[in-house]
Amino acid sequence: MPQIFGDFIEPGNSKEYLVLSFSPTSRPIQKRWKNNGLSADFLADYWMTFSPTKNVLLIKKQTAIKDAISFIVNELLENAMKFNSDDAAVAIHMSLYFYNDKIRFYVTNGINSLQVNEFQLFINKLLTEYPERLYITQLENSVNDSTNKNSGLGFLIMLVDYHADLAWKFDVIHEVPKHETVTTMAQINFLDTD
Amino acid sequence: MKIEGQNYIVTYDSSSSTICCEGAFRLRGMAEYSPIMELLDTVANQKPKNVILNLTGLKFMNSSGINVISKFVIKLRRQKSSDLVVLCTSKYPWQIKSLRNLERLMPGLKLEVD
Repeated sequence: MPQIFGDFIEPGNSKEYLVLSFSPTSRPIQKRWKNNGLSADFLADYWMTFSPTKNVLLIKKQTAIKDAISFIVNELLENAMKFNSDDAAVAIHMSLYFYNDKIRFYVTNGINSLQVNEFQLFINKLLTEYPERLYITQLENSVNDSTNKNSGLGFLIMLVDYHADLAWKFDVIHEVPKHETVTTMAQINFLDTD
Repeated sequence: MKIEGQNYIVTYDSSSSTICCEGAFRLRGMAEYSPIMELLDTVANQKPKNVILNLTGLKFMNSSGINVISKFVIKLRRQKSSDLVVLCTSKYPWQIKSLRNLERLMPGLKLEVD
């Protein structure tokens, strides 16, 4: 049984979608890193094709929505690349589902079982605490943190600045040795995007 | 002072105490941001009376970049030696969304949108 955090909605009920898959590779992450930006900008441009042109309100918001797509895809891919467990040798899948009033993003990557607990604790914080307060707390704490971890700031920015809805699904894809994947879902509603 | 990366340039003009960031900040984690952090630390340690942070030429910044800029702002606030003006643009919507959080980190910070 998968473990669900937040209001996770399974993908697949939109006619318009786009899926990118990144195969497991021996290429160092540094060399793949710049592809995150390329992919993010491509997906943001691609959305423009489906942007409803009859909705005047939406036309005015197009630049802001495109910018939001670029940021969110980039953050989701950066996280997926950073935390992807090579042990499972699974591809990273990034998909966008387009609706008239919203977009749903999904990214799936392998995750080291030893990291699952810590990540789930942080997810619970994201889902139960005030994001604005947590955002400030994480930044204030990071000043004194010599480990220079990013403190989940990308998710907090999605919540605070882009009013995104976030949810996660953890799947065990192999029991022995244990291999798990995590799918992160983000959703932005155009009415909330300014 | 000047730092030039593949997709960005950061300069500091001490005569006007102006830090100027251009291009895109898409670096990987805090380690790759360390040259920029060092420049910002150097400026903070000089404790200029008025600091201008010009981000109008920065078309993209990832969360690690926002972390770096936020740390600089918090450091200036804690030192209580410098006033800070951040120049941003509505041309890049992320700036209006994300940079207003800096005002919460440093009350008194002036965010000027062109």
